[in-house]
Amino acid sequence: MSEPAKLDVTGLLCPLPVIRTQDAIKHLAPGQHLHVIASDPGTLHDIPAWCRVHGHQIRKTTTDDEIYTFVICVGEDR
Amino acid sequence: MLAAKVVMQQGVHVEGVNFFTGFCVEGHTHAIRKKKQHKIKRNNALWVAEQLGIKLHIVDVIDEYKDVLLNPKHGYGQNLNPCLDCKIFMVKKAQAWSFMEEHGFDFIITGEVIGQRPKSQRKETMPIIARESGVDDRLLRPLCAKHLPETLPEREGWVDRDKLYAFHGRNRKPQIALAREFGFSDWAQPAGGCCFLTDAQYSAKLVDLWNARGSREYELDDIMLLKVGRHLRPSPNYKLIIGREEGENKYLQGYIKTFLSLIPTSHHGPLCLIDGQVSQADVEFAATIVARFSQGREASRVTFDVRFPDGTTQAITVAPMNEDNIARDWYV
Repeated sequence: MSEPAKLDVTGLLCPLPVIRTQDAIKHLAPGQHLHVIASDPGTLHDIPAWCRVHGHQIRKTTTDDEIYTFVICVGEDR
Repeated sequence: MLAAKVVMQQGVHVEGVNFFTGFCVEGHTHAIRKKKQHKIKRNNALWVAEQLGIKLHIVDVIDEYKDVLLNPKHGYGQNLNPCLDCKIFMVKKAQAWSFMEEHGFDFIITGEVIGQRPKSQRKETMPIIARESGVDDRLLRPLCAKHLPETLPEREGWVDRDKLYAFHGRNRKPQIALAREFGFSDWAQPAGGCCFLTDAQYSAKLVDLWNARGSREYELDDIMLLKVGRHLRPSPNYKLIIGREEGENKYLQGYIKTFLSLIPTSHHGPLCLIDGQVSQADVEFAATIVARFSQGREASRVTFDVRFPDGTTQAITVAPMNEDNIARDWYV
């Protein structure tokens, strides 16, 4: 299995983390994973919401010292 | 939300396009300020997309938007809001995005209502937006379509004009009634408060920034920082950006490698960025002001670390400025 793609959007405020996630996913194939690392607490709401409307799945969300990590599985219809 | 729902009710596939100019109110300020963090930081465009069950594409237009703000053909509103040029720009961008072969959409809809906004949503401006964006009769306004000439989607029978609306004016009661009819119990804040450029204080800060630099160029960080903290200009050559609370201090912390900063060490207090070219005397004077906003305001001396962008620091101790000596006109 290939290494998951990684995207660091720490320091950016929403909606920029969502826009960068959207742009990164365009280059990934369905089923691939993207790890997104963010610092804006707004991403806890916005990244899952954006994934829901586009059919991507959040596999895991972790919070560690105000750093939020999302593991996104790219959906079929990206 | 309503315009999209009206068209979706007719069996049309709709997707949303949302543009980020850098001046959008929602999200940022809520995320920065700690005291506002109890509020749900909902992105309204995403929330609407979820309610409607449609995709939403968020497009970064920060760089392209500069020309709209700096050279608005149709001028500004009450502050630095170039509303009409902004609408033309966004409809044009929506056209470029949606008519691309990979997306393949046939027409664009907006939620505009004639008479709802004094500058950009008037009967006279509706055709200007359609014409100058180049979208022409592929631009449908489902909420006030019956006040406007037939568009291509109506003529082609893609949508039924009889099922469109004739809303007009600032009264939003008919829209609220329709929203309830569709089963919506919540909706995004009506337009107007969603752009910092409509805000007098923000516009004044932007003008101050341009004047101080002698240029109207700006970067995203410049316009973001105008949303944060107290801005005081005690002298034409520098400005202070003083955090108002923990969340802002934390946000400003991200800029200490770019700006000279003042960090109180003897007392709790705000982080301050100094924007401009300063002398040692300026820094000491600035520290007396910042000390006034610290918990050492009544103390005889307050010590700061002056932090230079390269990471070196220098300790200085000053007497807090008397409140009466902080001139009103220093506040930007």
